[in-house]
Amino acid sequence: MGLSKYMTEFREKVDVCVVGAGHAGCEAALACARLGLETVIFTVAVDSIALMPCNPNIGGSSKGHLVRELDALGGEMGKNIDRTFIQSKMLNVSKGPAVHSLRAQADKAEYSRAMRKVLEGQEHLTIKQAEVCELLWEETQARDVLDGDASGRNPSGSKKGYGKRVTGVRTFTGMVYECGAVVLCTGTYLGARCLCGESITYTGPNGLQAAAHLTDSLREMGIELRRFKTGTPARMDRRSIDFTKMEEQVGDERITPFSFSTDPDSIQKEQVSCWLTYTNEKTHEIIRDNLDRSPIYAGIIQGTGPRYCPSIEDKVVKFADKERHQVFIEPEGLHTSEMYVGGMSSSLPEDVQLAMYRTVPGLERCRIVRNAYAIEYDCIHAGQLDATLEFRNVKGLFSAGQFNGSSGYEEAACQGLVAGVNAAMSILGKPPLTIDRSEGYIGVLIDDLVTKDNREPYRMMTSRAEYRLLLRQDNADLRLRKKGYEAGLISEEEYQALLEKERLIDREVERLKGTSVGANREIQNFLEAHGSSPLKTAASLAELLCRPELSYEALGEIDRGREALPAAVLEQVEIEIKYEGYILRQKRQVEQFRKMEKKLIPQDMDYDGVPSLRLEARQHLKQFRPSSIGQASRISGVSPADISVLLVYLERYGRELP
Amino acid sequence: MDTIAAIATGMTDSGVGIVRISGSGAVEVGDGIVRSPSGRRILKKAESHRLYYGFVVDPEDGAEIDEVLAVVMRGPRSFTGEDTVEVQCHGGVLVMRRILECALRCGARLAEPGEFTKRAFLNGRMDLSRAEAVMDVIGAQNDRALGYSLGQLKGRLSGKVGELRGRILYETAFIESALDDPEHFDLDGYGEGLSGKLDGMIEELRRLIGTADNGRLIKEGIRTVILGKPNVGKSSLLNCLLGEERAIVTDVAGTTRDVLEESLRLGDICLNIVDTAGIRDTEDAVERIGVERALRYAREADFIVYVTDASMELDENDREIVSVIGDKRTIVLLNKSDLEAVVTEEEIRALFAENEAYPSGEERLAILHTSAKEGAGIEELEQAVKEMFFHGEIGSSNEIVITSMRHKEALEEACGALMLVKGSIEDGMPEDFYSIDLMNAYKALGRIIGEEVDDDLVDEIFSKFCMGK
Repeated sequence: MGLSKYMTEFREKVDVCVVGAGHAGCEAALACARLGLETVIFTVAVDSIALMPCNPNIGGSSKGHLVRELDALGGEMGKNIDRTFIQSKMLNVSKGPAVHSLRAQADKAEYSRAMRKVLEGQEHLTIKQAEVCELLWEETQARDVLDGDASGRNPSGSKKGYGKRVTGVRTFTGMVYECGAVVLCTGTYLGARCLCGESITYTGPNGLQAAAHLTDSLREMGIELRRFKTGTPARMDRRSIDFTKMEEQVGDERITPFSFSTDPDSIQKEQVSCWLTYTNEKTHEIIRDNLDRSPIYAGIIQGTGPRYCPSIEDKVVKFADKERHQVFIEPEGLHTSEMYVGGMSSSLPEDVQLAMYRTVPGLERCRIVRNAYAIEYDCIHAGQLDATLEFRNVKGLFSAGQFNGSSGYEEAACQGLVAGVNAAMSILGKPPLTIDRSEGYIGVLIDDLVTKDNREPYRMMTSRAEYRLLLRQDNADLRLRKKGYEAGLISEEEYQALLEKERLIDREVERLKGTSVGANREIQNFLEAHGSSPLKTAASLAELLCRPELSYEALGEIDRGREALPAAVLEQVEIEIKYEGYILRQKRQVEQFRKMEKKLIPQDMDYDGVPSLRLEARQHLKQFRPSSIGQASRISGVSPADISVLLVYLERYGRELP
Repeated sequence: MDTIAAIATGMTDSGVGIVRISGSGAVEVGDGIVRSPSGRRILKKAESHRLYYGFVVDPEDGAEIDEVLAVVMRGPRSFTGEDTVEVQCHGGVLVMRRILECALRCGARLAEPGEFTKRAFLNGRMDLSRAEAVMDVIGAQNDRALGYSLGQLKGRLSGKVGELRGRILYETAFIESALDDPEHFDLDGYGEGLSGKLDGMIEELRRLIGTADNGRLIKEGIRTVILGKPNVGKSSLLNCLLGEERAIVTDVAGTTRDVLEESLRLGDICLNIVDTAGIRDTEDAVERIGVERALRYAREADFIVYVTDASMELDENDREIVSVIGDKRTIVLLNKSDLEAVVTEEEIRALFAENEAYPSGEERLAILHTSAKEGAGIEELEQAVKEMFFHGEIGSSNEIVITSMRHKEALEEACGALMLVKGSIEDGMPEDFYSIDLMNAYKALGRIIGEEVDDDLVDEIFSKFCMGK
């Protein structure tokens, strides 16, 4: 289409452009605007802001941790789900506190609407419906862009070797926005195509317009792209489902909010139910018989799908000996009769889908509203980014979310906030926000994305966090609020509340450790009543609390003078004392970890000059340019032997310097 | 680095010998001494890793010294990672020495013991645990210790440790999978099963740790303390063992007022023996000092030889000695078996049974009848020591024996961590708690074989290799 000469003149100057208004884009844009920067958020459809195109829930195992950490840093997702949930449940309560995780069913439409309202009410933020089709940039001399020592981004003191600097974006209609930073949050829209069996459409999720042009512009800049795929199950008409054949799954009696700023009392409400049913041999037989019609197994899909969020085809193939798989039927909202069929995402053709779903108890007469489909999209290998989510070679270009090769709303949102804050910080010339693996799941997420060769969409999992006993969802505020405050996203009032909470926790722990009870008759009777062995000598209340059978609440009987404290404080006190030994051991592991993180590698390190590094290790080290020995040790293709070679080399190098 | 040279094969006459030259000037030095059959210099342009036939000539007068095969290995593809020349010559000590002298005159310096290895390490040709083993090889006090270090160098320990790590990793992986995918991985009854597996691993670790003591005992000798009441024949026994009159022997109780230290070789075993003053309640100030010293030595000992006079009734002083012994491995010598015995083995065992610290059920206590005066029972003593420390025989060098304190500590850490997992299972903790200590065990073991990088070890190796500034 020809552009008139007037349109080419049409330019606007802003601070930050955020491309995409999904969960990453919303957090990125809000963070920038809240830090006072003029921000534009682009979306192909304003109605799709904060869309939940897949599962109708926020949180869940380890993802609940992410949302709480995001909230501690000043993100919006936790608050938004607190506004719009229709069921809430703390998962894994029978396990240790490290794996407790909050999950809420969202009213999808409400979630999207509420988030849009927040964006619309945000000062300095403009929403723009437009497809960004080109990034504007200029070459810089490799070393002339000062990183600014205050940023701490390059602790070794050497300058970052950018080769390019982003200067703005151009939309499909020709409008140019000049800016200091761009945050790419294109989700699954870049070069997207959807597959349902043999039928292919070139659209983004839910039939929305795909972004067809930006990929080429990125390639021209030298950014390497790859292709991933993901999928979603069918949605069914609630009226066609027989719930009497399913197990009802209800929410918690006492609802825990996601946000540390939400008053728990304010969100107690009526909840809707979810339902559990199972696949069976018949289901599996249909799937097996039609595998050749699945685009993945037929080789039509080139993108790599997530192993940890597998389609029902993958599950049937991978767990061939399993007689059944769980199927969760979840409402998509209060004002729709659509039900999400969790656990049965598929890219099989429509006729197979229907046959397969109808073998499941309760779904015998089901009617599909939307078919299950798989979606393929362009994304990057996040190894091109550093821990601030900025491209190492392009000053001012940040990216977040599925574009970085992750999967999931929560993973996207967390990266969005980090990328947004750091885009703002790079313009403001302030130190960046970084989170390491010992500080949060967000740290694990970003470190894994930027150091590992992820060959499939990266989903957060409990097992990815080495120090999870310290990284609990209940203490996310204690871990990260200070960072949010320093970044400028947490208010003075919220920060003071945190300091007060810390003070109360410390004081109560001290008191329990310092208060001893004698081995007198009253105490012995109390212990006997709770099935606990009698005391031989006096013991502190903390020592008693360490016994698995005694809770803080139970101890109230023999600890009469205690002050009434908020539940959130007591939770910390109890965990800190009960699991003290484990926590201590985990803290020692963290110390070991930090030791290696502190062994810095000069950014201009000449890996070719290190004798005996294996060729593969040398290539990967040159590509990723790790900032520390610790980070180097996590890069795929770098072995412990390579690390000891590096350590010895750096040691020698250090000693031989004058 | 400068160029070093040494005879790489042993300093004994043999069929073939190798003189090795390594460093930035190695090719230069080699080129200075090796000639082709037609008398040309050949090494400078030599192809790497290819044998050249020729002669070593004296660089000063051109006299032929030996007919040789020479090879140039350009760095980093050599043992040290540097340019290296190896000259394979006839294995006479004299010939090898003369070739080495020629190399030294051409600008090489005589390598220090272990220096080739040191360079291999510094150039990244060798991982930490092997470098550590090489240091042990260089420092080995005797053949047996050398055998163990070589075993480590060959990776025998690595194999065992690697296998244990694999088992631990399997368990963590299972727990983690179950946490993330509870639908497909079931943890019901997992704890009990794990507990049994842990017992097996703990036992293997303990056995390895046990060999660490043997490793040290073989390397350094067994710290042995002779205890007993005055005048039960301790000094006579020592003299008998050593074959000469070392301690003053009289019939007056309390003659040995100080401690005596001697080193005694019993076959493959070395006993570092401390004879002590007789232990009794005494008023004599000087004797009192001796007694206290004896007690102190006893606390640090590996092994106690408790000598008692079989012809005299046990008394309070014996009880005192047994309590001092604590949990040490002990041989009780019922001495003076040439006289009529009034003390029985049962009485001695009863005495030890009263000592709460003494572990029952283990082969830590042996009772022998001897007569130091007549030399009776000495061979039995030797056998008993072997039984007690090495299960009858000193293991062949093929068995894995821990000779490094660092390895022992890492094994103990791993063992302790697995014990904690067992504790967690017994306390009914949720499974996700197991992984903290499982990972600690995994990492501790990894440090032994360099799979977990330990910067302390880098420091230690640097300090042992006496690296410069």
